[in-house]
Amino acid sequence: MHMADALLSPAVAATMYAASGVAAGISIHKLQKDDEPQKLPVMAVTAALVFAGQMINYTIPGTGSSGHMCGGMLLSALLGPQAGFLSMIVILTIQCLFFADGGLMALGANIWNMAFYGCFVGYYLIWRPIMQSRWFGDGKSAQRARIAAASIIGCVVSLQLGAFSVVLETSLSGITELPFGAFVALMQPIHLAIGLVEGLITAAVLLFVYESRPELLQCLDHTEGEGGRRSLRAVVAILAVVALVVGGGLSLLASSNPDGLEWALFGNAEQGYAENMGLDEENFGLSGKAADTAAAIQEKTAFLPDYAFADSDTPAGTTVSGIAGSAIVAGVALLICFAGGFFRKKKKT
Amino acid sequence: MNKMQKAITELAEMDELAAQSSPVHSLHPAVKLIAAVAYILVTLSFDKYDLGGLVPMVLWPVLLFQFSDIDVRTCFYKLRIVLPLVMAVGLFNPFFDKTVLLRLGNLPVTGGFLSMLTLMLKGVFCLMASFLLMATTPIDNLCAALRQLHVPKMLVTLLLLTYRYVGVMTDELAVMTDAYHLRAPGQKGIHISAWGSFLGQLLLRSMDRAQELYSSMLLRGYHQHFHYADIKPFRKRDAVTIALCIGCFLVLRSVRIAEVLGRIVVR
Repeated sequence: MHMADALLSPAVAATMYAASGVAAGISIHKLQKDDEPQKLPVMAVTAALVFAGQMINYTIPGTGSSGHMCGGMLLSALLGPQAGFLSMIVILTIQCLFFADGGLMALGANIWNMAFYGCFVGYYLIWRPIMQSRWFGDGKSAQRARIAAASIIGCVVSLQLGAFSVVLETSLSGITELPFGAFVALMQPIHLAIGLVEGLITAAVLLFVYESRPELLQCLDHTEGEGGRRSLRAVVAILAVVALVVGGGLSLLASSNPDGLEWALFGNAEQGYAENMGLDEENFGLSGKAADTAAAIQEKTAFLPDYAFADSDTPAGTTVSGIAGSAIVAGVALLICFAGGFFRKKKKT
Repeated sequence: MNKMQKAITELAEMDELAAQSSPVHSLHPAVKLIAAVAYILVTLSFDKYDLGGLVPMVLWPVLLFQFSDIDVRTCFYKLRIVLPLVMAVGLFNPFFDKTVLLRLGNLPVTGGFLSMLTLMLKGVFCLMASFLLMATTPIDNLCAALRQLHVPKMLVTLLLLTYRYVGVMTDELAVMTDAYHLRAPGQKGIHISAWGSFLGQLLLRSMDRAQELYSSMLLRGYHQHFHYADIKPFRKRDAVTIALCIGCFLVLRSVRIAEVLGRIVVR
């Protein structure tokens, strides 16, 4: 789900940087307030482990394919949401800078899509409520079931939100011609399956931690007594079946009604966009005064306004000369390359 | 060589490249960082059909590759990650945007095809800019520059510490993976029975290791402040270099060099 720079416009990239920056700022402030200096090395080592752990292939039984671990949920369950979020930022930064996995300008969007949802939404809306609830009853087996349920639901939800954000960001950037609804229908079911597998793997790792060192997990009630013991594999298997059934249903829904938002925004064209959105066309519509003033301000202040030759009434000669010019530029670039021994074999030092 | 060993090799290669010396390597890391971000921003600002405007942007990375004496093939190897993703999105464009924008002889060129090419070029150019930044700047220097740019200390220290431990952890997992596969020949990945214990074992050991690491940091005088080696002061000439770089990008963005050159040969 790592987005490349080319999939974003500068405005969307900057907005996502700002959003992720605010979340990072709040997280740093919270961690500084807690004043736990020993947490930093723990965060670093765990982040490094998750970075490496994401390269492990886990065989999915009966399919021949493999899955990976969901870093955001694992880190927030072990370190807490703020520390988990910062650790994820660092993982994504290293992936971007050293492995070209995600772009430098797309880093803000990638942090939002993969770290924010997994760490904050996954923790506050899924992990913590489930772990503090009395789902599945009392006792150790119930606790195991809660850990597995929180991991699977958390991974599925955070991946669904992340995938939807990817579609939204790419569509807002005007990069793809693929209709919004079709793009959503393409992305969501794929990530539903990925989320389920990632959830199961994350659950397996967290359950192992719970069996060995339960004090390492966040929001765990350590005071409860021993309950009836159920096989770890049985719990994972039951939840996998439940998740598959629920996931399959959701996937069908997603495929049959893929373009609700698209309809809301662009559909029903004969009634007009403004009517669709319930806007007053006189004051807020495309020809309103507000729109004209905004357009005038935008024209004056726009940084690097685009000038595509697609919509311009440029004569064909200009286009051809553009192509010829591009070829010349390419030639100049090649000349520079040859002049400096661009293609020469480098000596191994 | 498994996936983790390849990752370690890739990290080591980047470290080796960054440790070389060249005019680009000797620039202030903040200059290179700001220039890379500015270049990517300008590259992304081109319209999806503006192939002619975008092509001259190649000159910047080409010059940097020359001055930094870095083999471009190392960079192209990294395209294996970027290009499939960009292609996956861009490949739909020719099917949905069939407006013919120009004809090359009898061959019609559609808007979708042009936007696909532009998207791919943007992907390659942006990758080159990020790659050149990291191939000419050691991580310690980059972190020092990030501190100079007022990026929070906690984040920078975490980045540096994690980078140090990425090698250690990846190496350890590579050994574990090899050992597992030697005992389970013909098996593609980790079997479901070991999903939890495989990484869990290492996770628990790592948590203990982190405590030991913190103790050793305290013994060496760590008081929540990390000392960066070789912090270059930001001088006036660095500011001028940034201004020059941004000026170059703005010229490449605003002057349609390809068309100007094209008009010389096409009348």
